[in-house]
Amino acid sequence: MSSKQNEIQHFQKPYWNPYLSGIGLGFVLLLSYVIMGRGLGASGAFSTLVATSINAITPEHARTNEFYSEYISDTSKSPLKDWLVFEVLGVFTGGFISGALANRIKKTIEKGPNISIRSRLIYAFIGGSIMGIGAKLARGCTSGQALTGGAVLNVGSWAFMLAVFGGAYMIAYFFRRQWK
Amino acid sequence: MNIPFYKYGLFGDDVSLVVAFVIGIGFGFFLERAGFGNARKLAAQFYFNDMTVFKVMFTAIITAMIGIYYLSVLGWMDLSLVYLNPTYIVPQTIGGLILGIGFVIGGYCPGTSCVSAVTGKIDGMIYLLGIIFGIFIFGEIFPLISNFYNSTPMGQITLPQLLNITYGVLVFAVVMMAIGGFAVAEWVEKKLGNKIMEP
Repeated sequence: MSSKQNEIQHFQKPYWNPYLSGIGLGFVLLLSYVIMGRGLGASGAFSTLVATSINAITPEHARTNEFYSEYISDTSKSPLKDWLVFEVLGVFTGGFISGALANRIKKTIEKGPNISIRSRLIYAFIGGSIMGIGAKLARGCTSGQALTGGAVLNVGSWAFMLAVFGGAYMIAYFFRRQWK
Repeated sequence: MNIPFYKYGLFGDDVSLVVAFVIGIGFGFFLERAGFGNARKLAAQFYFNDMTVFKVMFTAIITAMIGIYYLSVLGWMDLSLVYLNPTYIVPQTIGGLILGIGFVIGGYCPGTSCVSAVTGKIDGMIYLLGIIFGIFIFGEIFPLISNFYNSTPMGQITLPQLLNITYGVLVFAVVMMAIGGFAVAEWVEKKLGNKIMEP
């Protein structure tokens, strides 16, 4: 293989047109409704993971807590044998396939030029924690509420979606150093 | 046609897990295609530099919404069998605000952080750990906030029911609003654009 071919092969392909990706995503969501009668999700799988872990460490604590107990109530099967858990395993797989096909699998840290790696990772952890709390309070995240409920015109999902954009735009200015 | 298939008992729980995995693959694939494994691209939405988040989200919503609408109008899909998350308007709105703040600080939402982590982004991996920690915190404080969590219940309710508008008219209105939104997004990108096209 010549070096030029090599270069082309390792070239990271540009992202797709947003409307095209959106139509693809919309059809996946539609397919989920058609086959299963439910939409997509993400944060729910991590709730199951947390509840299962707590149950393994202190079963008494998990069973008496109303939040955890909901995820481990069915004792006839493992709580990890759950629709959203398998769906999220698929998300990891699909993301990997797409990334690999476009030569985008690369160990890196996404951040703006004016912030240190350490600060970026601290922000990532804090942001993730805040997201986890918000998603549970809202009974779903951008997938389980905004996309899924948005498509069936669910009242709570639309209120949630407006609030997400509102909250993000409200504080974006104060965190611009991280991204700009 | 008996749609949704699962609700009509076309297959059982074990097969549904296989379906979940396959649907998840499609979901993750298109998230990554759109560039949502990249926190800079996601965050750029909130600085009006790259409106991809808005465009992808609303294209996906109207695509699925139109599909569901026509399938139900044709009588092929029974909308009453579709799962509708019950609305608790105040905690959901507050939860949305909190989630939006977490989005800007961390750069991802739960689904996109999975795609980010699996394509090698360290910040995405740390973010995922953050989500798990956040859910743990939520679980631990749940007894203190369960009253608020269950406040302002409105039941399973859709916008057509709330606004007393027929379903089809609202679908049309949402499509029109989305198209208007896309036009504004394109205009904003021309003015302030700094699009992130590549990783």
